[in-house]
Amino acid sequence: MEETHGSTPHRPPIDRTTVVRVLGLGLVASALGIGLGFLIPWFPPAAAKQAHTIDTLYYVLIIVTVPIFVLVTSVVLLSAWKWRMRPGEERLDGPPIHGNTQLEVIWTALPAALIAALVVYAAIVLHDIGVKKPNTITIGVTGQQWEWRFTYPGYHDAQGKPIVALQLYLPDNRPVNFRIHSVDVIHTFWVPAFRLQEDAVPGITTGFRATPDRLGSYPIICTQLCGYGHTTMRTTLHIVTASAFSTWLAEHGYSGAAQTASVRTGGAARSLTARGWTAYAPIGGTHTATTKEGPQ
Amino acid sequence: MIARLRAPGLHRGILATPLGIGLAYAIVLIIRGASGFGHVVDGTAILQVAMITTPFAFLIGLGAFDYWFYWAIGRPTRPEDHSGHGARTWKDYFRINTDHKVIGVQYVVHSFAYFMIAGLFAMLMRVQLAQPGGKFVDANTYNGLFSVHATLMIFLFVIPVFAGLANFVLPLMIGAPDMAFPRLNALSFWLLPVAGLMLLGSFFAPGGSFASGWTAYAPLSTTAPIGQAFFTLGVQFAGASSIATALNFLVTIITMRAPGMSFFRMPLLVWANFSTSLLVVIATPFIAASQFFVLLDRGLGFNFFNAGQGGNVLLYQNVFWFYSHPAVYIMMLPGFGIISEVIAVKARKPIFGYRMMAFSLLAIVVLGFTVWAHHMFTSGMPGWIRDPMMITTAIIAVPTGVKIFSWLATLWRGVLHMDTPMLWAMGFITMFTLGGISGVMLAMVPFDLHVSKTYFIVAHIHYVLFGGSVFTIFAGVYYWFPKMTGRMYDERLGRWHFWTTLIFFNLTFAPMHIIGIQGMPRRVADYALQFATWNLLISFASWALGLSTLIFVYNMIVSWRGGPKAVANPWRALTLEWQVSSPPPIFNFDSMPTVVGGPYEYGVPGAVHAVFRDGADVPASAGALAMATTKE
Repeated sequence: MEETHGSTPHRPPIDRTTVVRVLGLGLVASALGIGLGFLIPWFPPAAAKQAHTIDTLYYVLIIVTVPIFVLVTSVVLLSAWKWRMRPGEERLDGPPIHGNTQLEVIWTALPAALIAALVVYAAIVLHDIGVKKPNTITIGVTGQQWEWRFTYPGYHDAQGKPIVALQLYLPDNRPVNFRIHSVDVIHTFWVPAFRLQEDAVPGITTGFRATPDRLGSYPIICTQLCGYGHTTMRTTLHIVTASAFSTWLAEHGYSGAAQTASVRTGGAARSLTARGWTAYAPIGGTHTATTKEGPQ
Repeated sequence: MIARLRAPGLHRGILATPLGIGLAYAIVLIIRGASGFGHVVDGTAILQVAMITTPFAFLIGLGAFDYWFYWAIGRPTRPEDHSGHGARTWKDYFRINTDHKVIGVQYVVHSFAYFMIAGLFAMLMRVQLAQPGGKFVDANTYNGLFSVHATLMIFLFVIPVFAGLANFVLPLMIGAPDMAFPRLNALSFWLLPVAGLMLLGSFFAPGGSFASGWTAYAPLSTTAPIGQAFFTLGVQFAGASSIATALNFLVTIITMRAPGMSFFRMPLLVWANFSTSLLVVIATPFIAASQFFVLLDRGLGFNFFNAGQGGNVLLYQNVFWFYSHPAVYIMMLPGFGIISEVIAVKARKPIFGYRMMAFSLLAIVVLGFTVWAHHMFTSGMPGWIRDPMMITTAIIAVPTGVKIFSWLATLWRGVLHMDTPMLWAMGFITMFTLGGISGVMLAMVPFDLHVSKTYFIVAHIHYVLFGGSVFTIFAGVYYWFPKMTGRMYDERLGRWHFWTTLIFFNLTFAPMHIIGIQGMPRRVADYALQFATWNLLISFASWALGLSTLIFVYNMIVSWRGGPKAVANPWRALTLEWQVSSPPPIFNFDSMPTVVGGPYEYGVPGAVHAVFRDGADVPASAGALAMATTKE
């Protein structure tokens, strides 16, 4: 589709040196962008097998997408630098290039193929993180304005009722199946350390699976706007060793619901910082601090 | 005096408003009395009914229905002779006017007023979030601020401002004297102030404004205080406005094109609004339905979404997103049209791959209806739906990519006039690419499971809607400002506006990607201490972003009042709206154009888009060239 009219002088096609230089700069910029993408501390600590898989997916996405942004930006900047109107060119027009079928097929097919590959990869990850595993412990999660309640259906107290807690205790390295409910509006049960969340929906049971793999305490956050106290609808996940978990169960199993009632967290109105939410690897005192607040 | 009060106009509309409230009282008292309620005067019931009756009373008073009423009762109607066209004084902008150019200006100015208000709400939100433990407002007010911010930006700014720009330029571009249904056009506009005042008025409701987000998920919205009803009903009026306008555009485009204007000779802005209007007429009834469900749940206890009474909570989300995902494209496709106009003219080159540009718009329309559940990946919907929705969501990036690459190819070897509209267009391409990239990331379900409902989403949506839509709106407003006002804007101020906005936009929204992945949820009035530094930076940047808009407002006002007079075709563009004077004559074309070629034949010697039957009124430059070449 080169112009042959020749009555007005058009911009010459771009020369090879410039192409090489711009390509080189683009490669360097892509490399720097990807490097930056790996340097930024994106994620909070990972505490489940699923989290590592999802983090890897994200870094793959960084590697794939940074060059695309660099490509688009380079062409914009190159055009602005090389082909901006200069004095004396006020009446000049560009070459009347209407299209190029080959090019258009390429930039439809290539992104389509790239996206197809990403979708297949993501679908495999999605399948892997949801796989059922033996020796799974089932935990009931109930959202209620504005707190979380956890039940352990496999572990009953003296009265035959499942153990209930307001902070989540999980044994390390044992797969968990969360069964999530809500008693009022929609909440979302998000464990950033697992990279997983699912809504608690009135009327139905939802859920997801995770396998904790790192000891420590991590936040549990409601991400679905659920009213006045949404901001402070948080609690703590404690991943403990199997023996510590047994001890915790024993303490709770035999002292019954009375004790768990005393672990109610504070009211919605207090600021997060005042309640000890300063960061994501909390702070040894969180549990005891909230315990001391007692029932409202 | 009586005659003046009886004449249609704003004063009659305001006088009629109390009648609407009175009617609401009467309806509620009669029905509650007849049904044997002990408590007959119920404020909540009256308020909800009044929110339906009062707007109609106001619109009838204003005169929006005069013609149809005259026709219905058999009185002689005044035929539309276009005698009311044009605005002679500023007062003409405050009454029912059937001129598409007046309505276009009404739309754009009204929308920007809401842009400023909703932007101010965002700045107030950033005051609350500047430091952890913020005490600026309480949690309920904060929830109200972001809910009203989003609702106004979507329903009172982005959607209507595009409708306004298209209202002004689209009939001109296709060589039509007006829109197909001028009276419906006027009604469409006047529904917007009703919707806007209702949404803003919710702040005065007992219990505060609606505070369940612009998404208004049930059952939070069905159990919220009365402020929620302002959203439920306000959105109905904005939606009705949108549907009526879209119908109008469709009929106008299909039936009123000038001789020779085949579909593939239409400028891409016309294609974009054709596509958008298809989306609106098919999708917008769904949000109307979702809000009617909520209204019936709230007002009359229908229990659509009450799980304890057999209701289905996820139903709301499915119906809502069946509109609200296409709505994302309703808020983007017209911008694609604007960018195509600006880039072709300012790069002095034909649009690269014109037909693919048109087809990709249609592809987005079709695909846009197949992706809604990607907003529900974590909603608890059946798990198998995730895979097909991930595939369709990712595929929709392909036609969008085609558009980006075609714009880049249009820039290639052009003669780039790097003035304000072009800067916004080039800024749009880069910023929108970032929004598209985070969109593809979010389509990948496992990643979405982590960042759904976090600040990553806030970042993504603002790169798409601010870096995308708003940048195109600014490009369009600067580009057509000479045509709409007959004056030139100040170029230096325009550049300042662009660069300050670009910088502070990125400083505001780029860090939100990071804090979102790190674990900060959205829609919270407080956050963990570890996010304090980023949030303080974001707050300062957002205030600067807000202030940068003042440069724009100042430029627009001062230039409109006293800018240099604009010539008919300052950009040497080929499309029809530039072949008439600035501002255009009252009846658009003093002589009928005949379209003889494509709209973007820049660089083709002697090429023309249209010729006029008698050359008398054709202005200089492109038009004159057209005449010269066709007479040979």
